[in-house]
Amino acid sequence: MLRLPNERARPSFGRPPPTQETPPADGVFRPALVNGVTLGSIYGLIAIGYTMVYGIVGMINFAHGDVFMIGAFLSLIVFLALTSIGITFVPLALLLVLFVAMALTALYGWTVERVAYRPLRGSFRLAPLISAIGMSIFLQNYAQVTQGARFKPLPPVVTGGHKFGAVDGFGVNISNVQIIIVLLTVALMVAFTLIVSRTNLGRAQRACEQDRKMAALLGVDVDRTISLTFVMGAALASVAGLMYLLYYGVVDFYIGFVAGVKAFTAAVLGGIGSLPGAMIGGLLIGLIETFWSAYFSVEYKDVAAFSILIIVLIFLPSGLLGRPEVEKV
Amino acid sequence: MTTPPADAPKLPDDTLLRVEHLTMRFGGLTAVDDVSFDVKRGDITALIGPNGAGKTTVFNCVTGFYKPTVGRLTLNGAGGRGWLLERLRDHQISRLAGVARTFQNIRLFGGMTALENLLVAQHAPLMKASGMTVLGVLGLGGFNKAEAAAIEKAKAWLERIGLIDRADDPAADLPYGDQRRLEIARAMCTDPVLLCLDEPAAGLNPRESGDLNALLRSIRKEDGVAVLLIEHDMSVVMEISDHVVVLDYGKKISDGTPQAVREDPKVIAAYLGVEDEEVEAVEREIEGAQA
Amino acid sequence: MTTAAAPSPFPEALKNAFVTALIALGLAAPMMGLVTVQVGGDLGLEPHCPRVAIAVALVFVGRLILNLTIWRPGRVKKVTAISPKTERLLSKTARYLAPAAVAFAIILPFLPGVGRGQIDLGILVLTYVMLGWGLNIVVGLAGLLDLGYVAFYAVGAYSYALLAQNFGFSFWLCLPLAGILAALWGVMLGFPVLRLRGDYLAIVTLAFGEIIRLVLLNWQWFTGGPNGIGGIPKPSFFGIDFKTGPDGFAATFGLTFSPLHRIIFMYYLILALALITNYFVIRLRRLPIGRAWEALREDEIACRSLGVNTVNTKLTAFALGAMFAGFAGSFFATRQGFISPESFVFMESALILAIVVLGGMGSQFGVAVAALLMIGGFEWFREFQDYRLIIFGLVMVLIMVWRPRGLVSSRSPSVFLKEKKAISGSLVQEGHG
Repeated sequence: MLRLPNERARPSFGRPPPTQETPPADGVFRPALVNGVTLGSIYGLIAIGYTMVYGIVGMINFAHGDVFMIGAFLSLIVFLALTSIGITFVPLALLLVLFVAMALTALYGWTVERVAYRPLRGSFRLAPLISAIGMSIFLQNYAQVTQGARFKPLPPVVTGGHKFGAVDGFGVNISNVQIIIVLLTVALMVAFTLIVSRTNLGRAQRACEQDRKMAALLGVDVDRTISLTFVMGAALASVAGLMYLLYYGVVDFYIGFVAGVKAFTAAVLGGIGSLPGAMIGGLLIGLIETFWSAYFSVEYKDVAAFSILIIVLIFLPSGLLGRPEVEKV
Repeated sequence: MTTPPADAPKLPDDTLLRVEHLTMRFGGLTAVDDVSFDVKRGDITALIGPNGAGKTTVFNCVTGFYKPTVGRLTLNGAGGRGWLLERLRDHQISRLAGVARTFQNIRLFGGMTALENLLVAQHAPLMKASGMTVLGVLGLGGFNKAEAAAIEKAKAWLERIGLIDRADDPAADLPYGDQRRLEIARAMCTDPVLLCLDEPAAGLNPRESGDLNALLRSIRKEDGVAVLLIEHDMSVVMEISDHVVVLDYGKKISDGTPQAVREDPKVIAAYLGVEDEEVEAVEREIEGAQA
Repeated sequence: MTTAAAPSPFPEALKNAFVTALIALGLAAPMMGLVTVQVGGDLGLEPHCPRVAIAVALVFVGRLILNLTIWRPGRVKKVTAISPKTERLLSKTARYLAPAAVAFAIILPFLPGVGRGQIDLGILVLTYVMLGWGLNIVVGLAGLLDLGYVAFYAVGAYSYALLAQNFGFSFWLCLPLAGILAALWGVMLGFPVLRLRGDYLAIVTLAFGEIIRLVLLNWQWFTGGPNGIGGIPKPSFFGIDFKTGPDGFAATFGLTFSPLHRIIFMYYLILALALITNYFVIRLRRLPIGRAWEALREDEIACRSLGVNTVNTKLTAFALGAMFAGFAGSFFATRQGFISPESFVFMESALILAIVVLGGMGSQFGVAVAALLMIGGFEWFREFQDYRLIIFGLVMVLIMVWRPRGLVSSRSPSVFLKEKKAISGSLVQEGHG
């Protein structure tokens, strides 16, 4: 029988991460909220990559989840390399990891676009999709062959946490990792919104989104703009990979698929092509998963997320913030 | 399939379609505002007006692509049966009420041959003949006979529009003028009582335009089908239409014979309001058509 | 990139290859060169320099060769990989090739040198051919992108397994039931996605496939969860079992017992199912429903203006496509004797879709060739072990870059007056839904 990689019993999104100390009598609601926001931030960052690429070239970059996985691996490798040369001061190490991994993952994003998508630009819609699926299979197995199939546990790097609003006994525990993840996501979101709305690159991107041919006629370097979009998407995915590594303390070659599907779901739920939509979609998917896990069952959390996606799309066929497609007769 | 309500009011015998108080709003924009007019049996009715007057919106309401915000569209169909078009679903308007249409930007099935295009138009009767596919798959029932008849009908239309030699070529390969005529033939293959044409002469050269006029006249005469058309080309409008309805900013400003409309000061003002050159061009065209 | 009249392309090509190699170094050095290993309780890094060097050298040499040959500056680029003339010739030979291929498939088990392994591979390829033909209705004809096709395969497999185990129904009774159940699920998927287009449709079908798999995985008491269902009964030869006793197949037909009989029977069973699928799809294409599917793919709005009920047309496409997956699924269950959710992952859907796109959407022959290439090729590369899937992924990318419209890109009209002319793929729309 043809065997393609399958999902196995591995730590997965939405379950309480192993590094996180179980909260004391906080109840269920608030931890679920905090976990959901954290998870949603990671989804949101990956979803931005999907949404940006979709906006500009109109294709589903199926390999994006695997670029995220490569980003997580690269973060781990860079972190270990830094440790081995003696940089053990955690804030400095993390900052270096962030930038080096971003650069290296961006190189992967650039290469994927150059090899698998650019030759197919302007071609039939399904060709880049199949090419992207091929790229996804390639990256997944590339990571498996080069780094091994076993998952890599990393001892907690950032520990500790804070209890907020504990005065009346109704506090909530938020770990430092969660604080870092949410703050970093907010910072990146602000930065990206500024890039898209204020810089030349952002203007070029929006121009290419509207009409690629016209943009080229007006002197926008379309190839470069598209390449940079992939680079930005990959860099964000790499940050998400680092966050995943810190939050769950484990990486393996298969995390890309699950994360990719969820993030893509988030992008579509928010309205594909819309940056705030991707973030809102990510948060929603994260919250649905953690709340479903907390109140109903962990097993069916993905079913819940997918079902809500389908229900939302029945009533809003272009997602929450997507532009409705006008049927021009 | 739900049978649409049959409580359509009775129209006078010579009236095919009655549009009453048609209003269409898109958000805050009122594209069509309280427009009423009649389409008589066997007439060619032209809908004219400056760009953005709401002509295509009226069309889309009549052919079921939009549901009007307010208004009633009564069609006195084949066999005297009345239909309220705004209550029918889009495909039922063609299938039950017999309203067929063409599009401003030609919408042929480009990757299918001219013949196949005309067969898709006969989908409903062929579907019935194939026993909703079940009998057709097994080769039972009268499907083969029905298909042969459908092909004959398609052939007759291809001959009429002069495309019989290109029957097996993909529609997208045909020249522009031929595509326009093929689209009209395709609409006619649905056996309509009312044929709606959205700018059929747009982009045609004078010779093709002349062919089109001849085709439309023959459709009215030989098939007894009423035609409702949107047109910018005044020579076509003045030459072939029996009845002209003029829209401006979503409102009907004039309604009558080509002669009456041409002399209506409101119409002249509407066209004057656009561009002087355009008005002169229109006047020249009208005079040319009259001469 | 470069001027056509460059005196010698070599320095430029060398420079270019060098840059490419540098990029490859940047990609490979951390991922391939530094391997995370567990030393004791801690993670450490283990350098692997030689393979980085090999990879970079391969990229350098490969790019250099390409720069000097295919990508040589000034080389006249052919517009299509296959000219229309060759394509017409191909489609003509295909007319004879298809019956020849069927004839070959029929005699395959009795050819010298064909053993159990080859027949097993044949069964596998034919299963994917059948799935490809089924999905072709949805994607190739109706132009609706379906990323969750494997769900219907799963429904078929579990329908047979559960009906056979709980009620003792025979394979021949379960086969149509499984098809009908899968078709019902097809309609269930069809309803919510009627209004969706393009990538929204893609993600909903993907989500649907995942929902089905996750339910199968977690509904322990009903489906056996991750442990799956075992001991699924094998089909009999119209009531005669393949066993050693006096009333077994071998004894009844005066043959010496061989376990190969059952395998050969299975082979013919899937061959028959696949050919029935093919017959139906070819037949459907010539019926009004098939023409309506293709018209829907070309232009949905025009369809509605011609009185085609697009809702029913889409739902029929989903239902019939699903039905064939259901048949294939119950065959899969009976052949394996064991099923679990692991067999119905997204990658299977992607693989079937890749077969359809690679074959050339809408072409039955192309789909069969693509299934043979993908599945057969994949098995053929078995000796590459771990590298097999890497190659598989790369080949998928390369084939798409080489022929974005698939192997057989032209469309053959469903009806003709004088001459059947192949329609160039560039004129054919691929649907928006």
